[in-house]
Amino acid sequence: MRKLFHFNGGVHPPQHKVESVKDPIRKPPLPEKLVIPLHQHIGTAAKVAVMVGERVLKGQKIGEATGNVSSAIHAPTSGKVLEIGNFPVAHPSGLSELCVTIAPDGMDEAAPFSPVDPFSMDPAEIRKILRDSGVVGLGGAVFPSAIKLNPGREKQVRTLVLNGAECEPYITCDDLLMRERADEIVKGAQIMRHLLHAEEVIVGIEDNKPEAIAAMKQAAGDEIEVVAVPTLYPGGGAKQLIRVLTGIEVPAGERSTDLGVQCFNVATAYTVYRAIACGEPVTSRIVTVTGNVKNPGNYEALIGTPMDFLIGLSEPLEGSRGALMGGPMMGFDLPSVSVPVVKATNCIIVKSEKLFPAPPTPMPCIRCGRCAASCPADLQPQELYWFAKAGNFGKAQEYSLFDCIECGCCSYVCPSHIPLVQFYRYAKSEIWAQEREKKSSDIARVRHEFRIERTEREKREKAERLAQKAAQTRAQIKAEENS
Amino acid sequence: MSSPYLSQPSSVSMIMLKVLCAMIPAIAADAWFFGPAVLVTICLASITALCVEALMLQLRNRPVLPFLMDGSALLTAWLLALSIPPMGPWWMIVTGTAFAIAISKHLYGGLGNNPFNPAMVGYAVLIISFPVQMTQWLAPESVAQAHLGLGEVLDYMFFHILPQGMNLDAVTSATPLDTLKTQLHMERPIGEILSMPIYGAMGGKGGEWMAAAYLAGGLYLLQQRIITWQVPVAFLASIFAISGLFHLADSAHHAGPFFHLASGASMIGAFFILTDPVTGPTTPKGKLLFATGAGILTYLIRTYGNYPDGVAFATLLMNICVPLIDAYTQPPVFGKKK
Repeated sequence: MRKLFHFNGGVHPPQHKVESVKDPIRKPPLPEKLVIPLHQHIGTAAKVAVMVGERVLKGQKIGEATGNVSSAIHAPTSGKVLEIGNFPVAHPSGLSELCVTIAPDGMDEAAPFSPVDPFSMDPAEIRKILRDSGVVGLGGAVFPSAIKLNPGREKQVRTLVLNGAECEPYITCDDLLMRERADEIVKGAQIMRHLLHAEEVIVGIEDNKPEAIAAMKQAAGDEIEVVAVPTLYPGGGAKQLIRVLTGIEVPAGERSTDLGVQCFNVATAYTVYRAIACGEPVTSRIVTVTGNVKNPGNYEALIGTPMDFLIGLSEPLEGSRGALMGGPMMGFDLPSVSVPVVKATNCIIVKSEKLFPAPPTPMPCIRCGRCAASCPADLQPQELYWFAKAGNFGKAQEYSLFDCIECGCCSYVCPSHIPLVQFYRYAKSEIWAQEREKKSSDIARVRHEFRIERTEREKREKAERLAQKAAQTRAQIKAEENS
Repeated sequence: MSSPYLSQPSSVSMIMLKVLCAMIPAIAADAWFFGPAVLVTICLASITALCVEALMLQLRNRPVLPFLMDGSALLTAWLLALSIPPMGPWWMIVTGTAFAIAISKHLYGGLGNNPFNPAMVGYAVLIISFPVQMTQWLAPESVAQAHLGLGEVLDYMFFHILPQGMNLDAVTSATPLDTLKTQLHMERPIGEILSMPIYGAMGGKGGEWMAAAYLAGGLYLLQQRIITWQVPVAFLASIFAISGLFHLADSAHHAGPFFHLASGASMIGAFFILTDPVTGPTTPKGKLLFATGAGILTYLIRTYGNYPDGVAFATLLMNICVPLIDAYTQPPVFGKKK
């Protein structure tokens, strides 16, 4: 048995997971159109690689990765490119981004796939395939995996951690994936291990998913260790899971690889396997649709599927008003339910007044300290709140504001119902704005100083020239007088 | 609104209500051993506190009902009522409570913003202003020469009238702590003092049962996670340690540690006064420091000071240190531990 470690605090919100695990993963019918954003990952958006009117095949690249941090985008099915333009995407602000709209032709005709054997290939080649296959972290951060799978020359990655904790309430997409496709996840993990030269692979799964644990254990064999970790939110945060499994604490602003650990979501391992061993790029993902619906469940949804299409399949109940993307602790309110499913979409929760009642009016902080007791980053949320509220941002930074992972535990336990995380987000954005302002004012100051220097230099030079000229004239006059 | 979209079903009112409930056993013990006067004091203090709270909220343009319902004013009133002699004159109770709520709570910004424990400020004001009335404690009924019924208590508290031919001395006595101090000054041996009728098995007669009731209430609060263990444990342990040391060094002039734990406001202080979150530190280490300091100060004031007990002043003195304690006891954050 592996020795497990603790992190401070954590909470036990009601799980609401059983509702959506009754059925196996469902295959939804093809929607009428797919709207595929070209920016579904951290880094630079992909560059459009198709033209309006063009027929595309399933798995054909429609967006090319550009720049160091980027990932390709692919057509999820065969059809015609209807439009390329800006459409609202899944973002709390209702942001619009460049999307390729495809009308599926129903044939689902695939571009030829070319599987490779990863164990006899140059790792750099494999990473290029992953980048070109659009493999990104499916746990929510959507960071291009190829970059994380490059161990670098100096640092040794000892441990590869696969994250199957899925600690947020309501979400069950990783649970079902592990139950049904454990073999592929394990094979993906072996490829990742090969790329990183990792000594050990540990899969962490919260103990509220016994079926997934059993399936993974059976698939894992002896080389990969499957560990049941205690169910405690946010135990599925990468840093928290690394701490629980290895005892290592990754400080804010540092990379886990520097400490010899790399962490990936189980669904990412699955897509690594599909991309390398089957030659299939990422064109779909498992999405949990739950909340105020009659028929909650998990769908293997094509990227670009309008969310209201999936919600419709789950039959929303009366009193539905809007939806969340992600979990209720760290997810966000969708400005519109018609935005497309992207690689980051792990869960869609249909809201109702009953499931998510408006929070009571906040009362003053009574310094009870429950927030500090629940904080997995060992912060003092009551002090941060005080500083953020007072606009004392320097002090907030001194109290490690930027170590806050915005997990929401403090707000969850606050008996005064103070929206603490909002205060921290506000303080962070104010600090960023101040830094930007400082940077631009620094530039302006340098310019200004340069300008003053230049005008003075010009004045000086002009005076010197004049003086010279005058001296010359005087000398001339003197010469004339003398002659 | 942004995430999180869930919150635990708890509230400030719920916390205050549980603290009030935890005090009921001690109030019952008080009434059982010392008569019904304490109930009158609590009622009067509660009414005063709610009226002054409502008035102050109105003056400060704050919503009256939600803040009145938070229960904090009521808790201040109960703590003050249990800290002063149970049969004090009505105006003394009203003055103390009004000062606690209006001055030491609302003038500092109301709930959550007061640096000093309001009930203890109320107590300090009263003991400095009305030392005579504040030391007229009721004797345990089993010891007193006479008993007062509810009507007679009301007569005395509101009109200063005692039943015909009765002397106040017949129903009052100095507290066990006070008696010990004055008798020691008169060079009486400690064994003889502690065998006086007002003393019980560990502390004062009746008073030791109230201490037990506060302990029970405090354990309930711990179990409910309203309070954490640091403050009560550090406070009681430091009183135990320092009184034990003095007792070992000179047992002829210093009562033992158990006497100090069972007497005066040790137990109510440990579980109900020093645990006030608003005026105490928030870090675990800070709580230990704060309560240890309060325990030592309590003992020193009790033993060498002029006041009958030291908990109130010890609390206020340690309240001053809270910002400093908090600033210097910040726990290391995740990933930055040594």
